Amino acid sequence: MTKQYNTPEEAKQDQQFCGALVELMYQLADDDLIISHRGSEWLGLCPHIEEDVAFSSITQDTMGHAAMYYQMLEELGIGKADDLAHLRQTEEYKNAVLTERVNGEGDYMENPDYDWGYAIARNYTYEMFKKIRLDSLEASSYTPLADAAKKIKREQFYHLYHWGVWLSQLSDSTVEAQTRLNAAFAKTWEDVDSLFDLGPKADALVQAGLVPSGDELRTTFLNTMKEKLAGYNLVWPGEPAPVGESGRDGLHSEAFVDAITQLSEVYKLAPQANW
Amino acid sequence: MQDTFSSLEQKVWDKLQQVTDPEITSVSLVEMGMVDGVQVDGGIATVRMIPTFVGCPALSMMESDVTKAVSELEGITEVNVIFLKNPIWTSDRITAEGRERLKEVGIAPPPLESKQEGVWEIECPYCGSPRTVLDNIFGPTACRSIFYCSTCKNPFEAIKPV
Repeated sequence: MTKQYNTPEEAKQDQQFCGALVELMYQLADDDLIISHRGSEWLGLCPHIEEDVAFSSITQDTMGHAAMYYQMLEELGIGKADDLAHLRQTEEYKNAVLTERVNGEGDYMENPDYDWGYAIARNYTYEMFKKIRLDSLEASSYTPLADAAKKIKREQFYHLYHWGVWLSQLSDSTVEAQTRLNAAFAKTWEDVDSLFDLGPKADALVQAGLVPSGDELRTTFLNTMKEKLAGYNLVWPGEPAPVGESGRDGLHSEAFVDAITQLSEVYKLAPQANW
Repeated sequence: MQDTFSSLEQKVWDKLQQVTDPEITSVSLVEMGMVDGVQVDGGIATVRMIPTFVGCPALSMMESDVTKAVSELEGITEVNVIFLKNPIWTSDRITAEGRERLKEVGIAPPPLESKQEGVWEIECPYCGSPRTVLDNIFGPTACRSIFYCSTCKNPFEAIKPV
């Protein structure tokens, strides 16, 4: 039985626990931050206007989840929430590389030729993982995090549901749709293992009772996805291979650096400005 | 002494009854079920609030609206607004009065037996018909969905059950 920490003050008194907690909070916050940024790049480019409304709403919720986690880091005395989101060095971001991948060919501003199939596969995959991680966080040894997980889950239910609707409708439509979805899941699978990576302090996170091990999350996730993809008559992409660079260890792609530079551009112009 | 404090607290509640949700101006924050509690201690009012959606951009507006309104009360020197993580807001927190007020501006209140997994039965806020169709779970704000009434042919919004 691990010790339960009910407030930021209690956590701060235990340096070892606090170190592990901060590490996990960065992973949670940065995953949601960067996948929201990728979502925002779809605005105006979705297949139809209803989807623009839906995807931007999901993205807004998700950015809110990131903001809540940064706020919790602020409560732990790590720094101002907005600064943590915008002003860190790129190697200080702890998101899984799956969340930072580009949406497809081209750029938001110039000739975007994004892949909607990849948007569905990547986001369904991420939201499924997010749900499984939130389920486990409800039993976290940091009570404010367990409370946050309960709250976020009630919103996140609709996000996962939404991508499931796309899967069920497209997988039951044309051969082209099935082929493209299978290719999109295969591409997603190249990075999927990055999600279960708990980073260089993995053992400390698990021992502190903050989160189950990466292996446990991985097994639950793979079993769930196997069943879901079979239900949609899609091809099982197989056992995920290890991902080369570890985003949780601060190793990110060039595309990530571009994204974070763009995301923080306005904030960096005047960090003291009142939003 | 206790009496004075509690009556001042009641005045704060009355004041909050006049502060509306910036995105749904017919409904007060109290009716939305967003006020968990009020405490007044030596002129310092603390208002404990429950955010509807985590990323709701109206939260900071509500905070300043609440601060402004409560500051107007005689005997209040300082106002603190705290957003709580626990309890969490569910759409069941909207009061009976709040549900009626929502309808007045064409927004259907959420189903009372809100089961996220189940089929929502939403009545049209204009004609009361149960023959409505979900158009988009996601609407113009985080907390709303878009519906269509097959009877009176009006599109309308509904508070998303959470």
